Amino acid sequence: MKILVPLKRVPDPDTRIRIKADGSAVDLDGVKFTVNPFDAIALEEALRIKEKLGDVEVVVATVGGDECVEQLRVGLAMGADRALLVKTTECLDSLAIAKVLAAVYRREQPAFVLMGKQAIDDDSNQVGQMLSALLGIGQATFVSRLELIENNSRARCGRETDGGIETITVKLPAIISSDLRLNEPRYVSLPGIMKARKKPLEEMALVGLGVTVVSRTRVLKLEPPARRKAGVRVKTSDELLDKLQHEAKVI
Amino acid sequence: MKQATLSAVAFAHKVVAEAGGLFDILLIGENVSGNAERLRQCGASAVLVADHAQLKHPVSDKYAQVIADVAKERGVTMVVGAASTYSKDILPRAAALLDVGMLSDVIDVSRDGDDFTFKRVMFAGNVIATVKLDGAVKFLTVRAAAFTHSPTGSGSSPVISIRVEADRLPSFIEYEGREAKVTGRPDSTEARVVVSGGRAIKNAADFERLIGGLADALGGAVGSSRALVDAGVTPNSLQVGQTGKIVAPDLYIAVGISGAIQHLAGMKDTKIIVAINKDPEAPIFEVADFGLVGDVYQLVPELVQKLRK
Repeated sequence: MKILVPLKRVPDPDTRIRIKADGSAVDLDGVKFTVNPFDAIALEEALRIKEKLGDVEVVVATVGGDECVEQLRVGLAMGADRALLVKTTECLDSLAIAKVLAAVYRREQPAFVLMGKQAIDDDSNQVGQMLSALLGIGQATFVSRLELIENNSRARCGRETDGGIETITVKLPAIISSDLRLNEPRYVSLPGIMKARKKPLEEMALVGLGVTVVSRTRVLKLEPPARRKAGVRVKTSDELLDKLQHEAKVI
Repeated sequence: MKQATLSAVAFAHKVVAEAGGLFDILLIGENVSGNAERLRQCGASAVLVADHAQLKHPVSDKYAQVIADVAKERGVTMVVGAASTYSKDILPRAAALLDVGMLSDVIDVSRDGDDFTFKRVMFAGNVIATVKLDGAVKFLTVRAAAFTHSPTGSGSSPVISIRVEADRLPSFIEYEGREAKVTGRPDSTEARVVVSGGRAIKNAADFERLIGGLADALGGAVGSSRALVDAGVTPNSLQVGQTGKIVAPDLYIAVGISGAIQHLAGMKDTKIIVAINKDPEAPIFEVADFGLVGDVYQLVPELVQKLRK
């Protein structure tokens, strides 16, 4: 069995995001980068399946520049078997990324794809769904519970929805996107890092996959949200209720 | 009718007011004629109804196919849903079926020649991006709090029945069920007041007594930080945050919540934020309009008691 785990290099989630003065981009000076937390959860799930079933190859893949190799090495260090970098310097939107991943999928022919539901920088939550449509296969999104059933031909998934946990089964192959509570990813160990150095890491250009993609989303400018007024401290519950009633007039 | 639906309708009204044109509402399900009746008062040019036994549950493979087919047949240029898990699951799939792009969590739209410029939220609400989306058809999800005004129209939209070719629908996904707790309290995305509990709350009984108690005293909804859901104290449907519910009530009371970036992403647009926390350095105080430092197990019962008088 082969599981494909696409992952994305993103700024550390606790970064205080600053925007360049001209609004053209986020200021990435000195920012630490990490594997998108949701993708780390997806990879962890794939590794647990590998540990349980035995004969499973876990392939991590990413789309981007040379700097993304850092995150692929983390994936290999966690326990993935092989890594693939599809090299491009272009900024691609969700549909474009989905098309690149579709080409990777066709090349790799995995049993299914496990990926994060959204990247914590873009917050689009679209790629997995688009990928499944492009490939003409099923999808299970925002998964917090995953069980392979019927001889690994279907997956029973608990999905986190606004109305509570929804359970579905989906025919494999499918695109499964992970949510926060699917698992807690393992830390990278020193032996893991050492082993990762010997694992295959392949680089290929977009053109090598036979894909030409165009990003239809164009960012014109970035700005911070409106600043909130500075607040005040109150000393007692009486004072709080008084201010809420008479000053803020919300109760 | 959910606030979310009304916000998508309000968005449509705004676009049509600025750019001309019409909008339809598409309702998908089984035995939904009652819902269709209510949607007739929204000022749409038509309420399209795809009613079929196979559409009883909102499975993305079937629903995305219906949406894509209807969008193509009606020559639609925009497909809009509220930024809910329902829309997020289904709309990107429908967009890709039509090979068109999508923008999620849109908070503003304006006319720009014969195209549109949108604003959307990124980086856990810390960046507002002004973007354009190329292509003749655009799929969008919109934040409920950003689109609230619909003109009160006269007249009633016609209902048009969409023929569902059941044998053409995919069947990758089977729906098994949903665990939904019915509480009798409003949903946090719809309430004027939200009282939200965090790590300081030790168990479900305390959550109900303190957070539930304060919410009931204010006629509000309850919410939760991620920590309590992870601990099994609250269900996932209460989680407020970057990947949970996005709320923008008049009053949000954060009880024992530290204020991580990911939590703030879900409630920063609240009008008045109150923070009650025993740690005076907690980041939540940076966004709070009123901050009260102290033990929530003492302060919240005090507030409940005083409110009840």
